[in-house]
Amino acid sequence: MSKKRLGQTPSQTVGPFFHFGLPYEGDSNLIVGDVQGQRIVVEGKVTDGAGEPVPDVMIEIWQANAAGKYDHPEDTQDKPVDEGFHGFGRCATDNDGIFRFNTVKPGAVPGPGNSLQAPHLVTFVFGRGMLKQLLTRIYFEDEAHNANDPVLALVPDERRGTLIARKISPSTYALNIVLQGAGETVFFDY
Amino acid sequence: MADVIPYTREEKGAQPPSLYLPYKSTEFRAPKQPLVILPHTLSEVTGPVYGHGRVLPIDADLTKQHAGEPLGERIIVSGRVLDENGRPVPNTLVEVWQCNAAGRYIHARDQHPAPLDPNFSGAGRIVTDAEGNYKFTTIKPGAYPWRNHPNAWRPAHIHFSMFGPSFINRLVTQMYFPGDPLFAFDPIYQGIPDVKARERMVSRFDMDTTIPEWALGYKFDIVLRGRDATPMED
Ligand SMILES: [Fe+2]
Repeated sequence: MSKKRLGQTPSQTVGPFFHFGLPYEGDSNLIVGDVQGQRIVVEGKVTDGAGEPVPDVMIEIWQANAAGKYDHPEDTQDKPVDEGFHGFGRCATDNDGIFRFNTVKPGAVPGPGNSLQAPHLVTFVFGRGMLKQLLTRIYFEDEAHNANDPVLALVPDERRGTLIARKISPSTYALNIVLQGAGETVFFDY
Repeated sequence: MADVIPYTREEKGAQPPSLYLPYKSTEFRAPKQPLVILPHTLSEVTGPVYGHGRVLPIDADLTKQHAGEPLGERIIVSGRVLDENGRPVPNTLVEVWQCNAAGRYIHARDQHPAPLDPNFSGAGRIVTDAEGNYKFTTIKPGAYPWRNHPNAWRPAHIHFSMFGPSFINRLVTQMYFPGDPLFAFDPIYQGIPDVKARERMVSRFDMDTTIPEWALGYKFDIVLRGRDATPMED
């Protein structure tokens, strides 16, 4: 006899007052010790459908290390993990809607079939006025492999740029997150 | 390698839409473009399971984080984190936060003219055990007003954040208390389309975990997405 499936617990907004309730070691600094690869800053501004900065959302990222390895038991690739890097970061936007992560540039990771996914950060946006979180990704403009990325390929050409961070200094990448309206960021149904 | 076992998708009716106009601030924060359907890849079925830092016993007792005891009705909240197949989610971080018994958050932006409690911060962290169990002690939070519409009040609730085995499982929700008269007027609670699914967010009073002369027990189980496989036979 098969078990009946349990129903999912619904999502609710994180609300405006999460900051004191969600302290996380390292927070927006993902480098907690020795780490391989290029250290980078990823930053941007979050704006809403009125074009206003959003000062009270929380951004979370999840990423592979520079070798393209996730620090997780289901990543069975024969690649090294870093003691000083787990791949998770959390950042609340400031009064100007700005978020900023200190991290390392991820390597490419396996995709469906024999494909390879270009380096990217899996990105969630949580906030007041958001009954559930939104999922997006942050790619990097200086990665040739973006052209063959199986997820970018699912995104209409004219919107793909909303997922690709610009290189504004040798170690800084910038991408704004537009929740709604002109230049709206691509969000995923997952 | 690379073909991964996907998780289930959003359960229709159990998860809210992004745009729900009775909740006013969704108006400018909900995407208007269609979402792009994403197959689950290694990036989604992995997630932060290590590196959550140290979680101490004091993090699971919100009544003992200051010199004195907070005011309010002492309660013990416990339950299990499970997936849709009924399997426990062990060793996962649960974060909780709430206002005090008077309905006031310690947050700097909370302007509700109710007293702060010098003996209550309202934040806790718990890691589930091997069977997915969690438990923490706190005080019952108060209802509080907000500016969504005239005379708007939030039903008493505790905010919950769960990680689970993959980033796909990430869930932020709120736990409510049974029989709250404010449910009918709360657009955040009502934002869940399926009435039955809403009730999954309501804890139940539990005599078994109520401690004589000390604290009332409330039970709240959390169900995260499961793997898209045939449920286990047993
Ligand atoms: Fe709240």
